[in-house]
Amino acid sequence: MAEITIPIGPQHPALKEPINITLKVEGEVIVEPILRIGYNHRGIEKAMEARSYIQNIYLAERVCGICSHVHSSTLVQGAEELLELEIPRRGLYIRTIFLELERIHSHLLWLGVAAHEVGFDTLFMYTWRDREIVMDLLELISGNRVNYAMNTVGGTRRDINDEQKKKLLKGMDALEERTKYYVKIATTEPTFLKRVEGVGILKKEVAKKLCAVGPTARGSGLRMDIRKDDPYAAYDEIPFEAITSDLCDVMGRTVVRVKELLEAYKIIKYAVNNLPAGEIRKKARRKIPENEILSYTEAPRGELLYYIKSNGTEKPERVKIRTPTLANIPSTIEMLKGGYIADIPIVFAAMDPCIACMDRVILVDKKNNERSMNWEALRRYGIKWYEVKR
Amino acid sequence: MKYPGAMLSEIWRHLIKKPATVLYPLERPQIPENFRGKIEYYDDKCIRCGLCARDCPSGACTMKKFEEDKKPRPVFDLGMCLFCGQCAEVCPKDAISLTKKFEFSTFDKSSLIVE
Repeated sequence: MAEITIPIGPQHPALKEPINITLKVEGEVIVEPILRIGYNHRGIEKAMEARSYIQNIYLAERVCGICSHVHSSTLVQGAEELLELEIPRRGLYIRTIFLELERIHSHLLWLGVAAHEVGFDTLFMYTWRDREIVMDLLELISGNRVNYAMNTVGGTRRDINDEQKKKLLKGMDALEERTKYYVKIATTEPTFLKRVEGVGILKKEVAKKLCAVGPTARGSGLRMDIRKDDPYAAYDEIPFEAITSDLCDVMGRTVVRVKELLEAYKIIKYAVNNLPAGEIRKKARRKIPENEILSYTEAPRGELLYYIKSNGTEKPERVKIRTPTLANIPSTIEMLKGGYIADIPIVFAAMDPCIACMDRVILVDKKNNERSMNWEALRRYGIKWYEVKR
Repeated sequence: MKYPGAMLSEIWRHLIKKPATVLYPLERPQIPENFRGKIEYYDDKCIRCGLCARDCPSGACTMKKFEEDKKPRPVFDLGMCLFCGQCAEVCPKDAISLTKKFEFSTFDKSSLIVE
């Protein structure tokens, strides 16, 4: 059978963010998927060099809309380490509570999106409605539903009072009950099971070789969780389990995320009940001594890396960000191989892609020596590009 | 047991529940205590230190020289503001506060300037 190439994206109804997937197919089976990224470069790393650390906290929060707190936490953690500052325990506990609240809202969002991609919109509506509980809690404490602006160099900016503690515990109880119901749905409803079992297989060895991170790796049986491997914030004092699954398919990744939700409720309940008394922040110097550091945390999607190079001034000399989506791209290509065209949305959604956070570099083709293109030239270039690929 | 329609009971239950949404302009949403809305600036408290403009991440807060003043004082452009509240936090005299007001969509950009 003749090999056919199908281009999907960068603009396509099935995609929520710009990415290009070029598929070589035989019938309905994908032979070779080619992913092309770099359509959404925003120059955040360069912008960070022009701003002070305090200003960068708010810029880092805007790298990703879903996991904003984890980005600012990673940056702030690096800056605190460079200052050799000891953060008050209460500040660290509040930071941890927010990291987990964010994980809950991210995983509930993912469950809804995954259900939507397999055509199970009822589950999508109900998970997103329940997500409002955690969004309201985030708004109650920080004042915003996203971009909470809770972190600062030296601790957190807002305290949690007794009334908020009560509401947090009540919200966690409600969510736990709902999540147990979703566990039941996800494991018994054939509408869901038929679309996720045996789809997007990523074997343990392959996942290890391709450096998969986060729930993608844990869904393939790799036990890697920064919260356990190198505890940050208050994770060293809080008991919880790192969830893994040996199913190695989309179902495995679903199980990991849903069970992680239950762990997150446990962590928040423990942290709220054992919240240490005292200060929430320490005064930090604005100028950060010359050094370099690699700061990493476990974002809802996986390991998030920040490399910070300071030069003794208020502004960093270089900040390098590696988001978990980028680390999972090679694994996704592997998952798509041998699958069906109809399974692309769910396999792709299973790694929880965040394309806009991922793009760090843009390549300019200097061979053609064309700095700018008019509409006609762009059209010709597009036709030529796809001709070469074919 | 694996059978289709595991969510049916849930769906029936919701037929008699009240909607999860709020009829916005008629019913008002509840604004939380820590909400960060429209910036308010109190000129009598300000000592013109300029820390707010120095820390503003988006350049919404700038120091502007007025004829009647000796030193420049902060001017806020809410069109550029992120509502992070860093200016209010860094202010040594509490001359800036973030209110609960959130409805300021307008056709006139000058109405977004707070001074």
